[in-house]
Amino acid sequence: MAELTGEERLVEFERRIDRGEKVEPGDWMPEDYRRNLIRMISQHAHSEIVGQLPEGKWIPYAPGFRRKLTLIAKVQDEAGHGQLLYRAAETLGKTREEMIDELLSGKAKYANVFNYPTPTWADVGVIGWLVDTAAVINQTMLAQSSYGPYARAMKRICYEESFHIKQGYDSIVTLAKGTAAQRSMAQDAVNRWWYPTLMMSGPPDAMSVHSQQALRWRIKTKSNEQVRQEFVDHIVPQIRALGISVPDQECRLDGTTGHYRYSPPDWEELKRVISGDGPCNKERLEVRRKAHEEGRWVREALQAHQTRKAV
Amino acid sequence: MTKANAPVIEMLTALADDELVIGHRDSEWTGYAPILEEDIAFSNIAQDEIGHSLVWYTLLERLLQRSPDAMAFERQWLDFRCCRFVAYPRGDFAYTVVRQYLFDEAEHVRLEALAQSSYGPIRDAAARIMKEEAYHLLHSEALVERLGDATDESRRRMHAATATAFPQSLGLFERLEHEDVLVRERVFPGNAKLQTAWIERIVATFGAVSITLPLDGSSKPLCLADYGGRAGDHTSDLEQLIADLHMVYQSVSGASW
Repeated sequence: MAELTGEERLVEFERRIDRGEKVEPGDWMPEDYRRNLIRMISQHAHSEIVGQLPEGKWIPYAPGFRRKLTLIAKVQDEAGHGQLLYRAAETLGKTREEMIDELLSGKAKYANVFNYPTPTWADVGVIGWLVDTAAVINQTMLAQSSYGPYARAMKRICYEESFHIKQGYDSIVTLAKGTAAQRSMAQDAVNRWWYPTLMMSGPPDAMSVHSQQALRWRIKTKSNEQVRQEFVDHIVPQIRALGISVPDQECRLDGTTGHYRYSPPDWEELKRVISGDGPCNKERLEVRRKAHEEGRWVREALQAHQTRKAV
Repeated sequence: MTKANAPVIEMLTALADDELVIGHRDSEWTGYAPILEEDIAFSNIAQDEIGHSLVWYTLLERLLQRSPDAMAFERQWLDFRCCRFVAYPRGDFAYTVVRQYLFDEAEHVRLEALAQSSYGPIRDAAARIMKEEAYHLLHSEALVERLGDATDESRRRMHAATATAFPQSLGLFERLEHEDVLVRERVFPGNAKLQTAWIERIVATFGAVSITLPLDGSSKPLCLADYGGRAGDHTSDLEQLIADLHMVYQSVSGASW
């Protein structure tokens, strides 16, 4: 069989994508496809790892056995998701160590939302409820991704995330039905997390550098705006049903479209937070760097032990 | 509390408090462990230990009519009966590994004995908990083996951690006030016997990585044991830990969470 030219390969690759086939690790793929995927998957993995911190902070203080046990389990799941995603990214030729170095040096990005503070217990519930709902809507879409290992990782992660949503929601229901102090705690937390959560689906598609190519190769299957609208339509009735208000005067159901209208977030803020200048970026990375540095001797020892055993 | 139940209540409280407090310390690694695999492992162990405390608190509920949440989240720190050992700060990863290993071995010998207890509910609970503890022991023992003799630094840290942790860990076997009754009634064989069985096991594991313990010719500890916890004579580390544990729970009076 004659060698295919680069262009013929690309045509064949895009035909496969159009037929809805999954691309697997050993398959030929355009360099841009590989690069875009590594960027997305590793960002996603970093988000899980950094995402352990805002909620993990509350593990020592979690009130009651049930909340304490579910919170540890949840934050543990995030570490597990990070592990799974790093492995998916490794199938594209980059090691976990390289990816973690990029995170710690500040070169790699991760989800904007984990750079906001969690000043009260209610923030833990709201993250589980709002942030994880937004994440699951996005990840359900990514479970259709053309890259097999990513799609499969997403399926498993969505399954676990659906429990996190239930736990977060349950915790906020308890606060919403609780004392006046607990209710205002829940409202304040929703106020804090509303816009950061809206930003999670990314900038409007016209502003997004990577979105078009990712859509063309079905790395993702919906635009940022579609995903955000789905989230708003899903969550607004839930928030209001608990007697909590959505912190946006413009938020109302549009009778003609059947969708909720909402005021757009401050995209300049998203840009700042993503590029390292959010309220907690420094703190988050410093904590990660310190943990990484303090754990260096353990990784070296485990490596040395393994090498010695292999000899 | 009826007088006849006091010995069992004392023992169960010590068991439950040990598990809760070490589980709390283990959970301090969630998000911060040296590698993702250990982050996951210690989070898992934390959940198991806290889950085991819940098993013991549930047995206590029948005797005290006090819920597990009330026992853990409403009791004053001085009323806890955990040993001091489990309450010390998590330290570096070497200290965490050594503490967990010493605790897991103690759990092993204790649960084996409790699975033969004359007190039915304790016997059943011990048999159940043993299954999970077996995995903890595999994990912590493997870490002692892997870190104990790998690099200069890991050797130095593991030796130092063992030197600190061993005298503290003897507190796991501090004599209970009602120990004689518990032994006579065959609820358990007594802390002295358990400690002897435990020392035999840990000497072998540490010996394999050239860590020696301060013991005399008949395997009796030569160091001063860090007692006090079983009588409520705690350090400020427990005070801080319990304050953290109670922080949200007690922040709004009469609230559910």
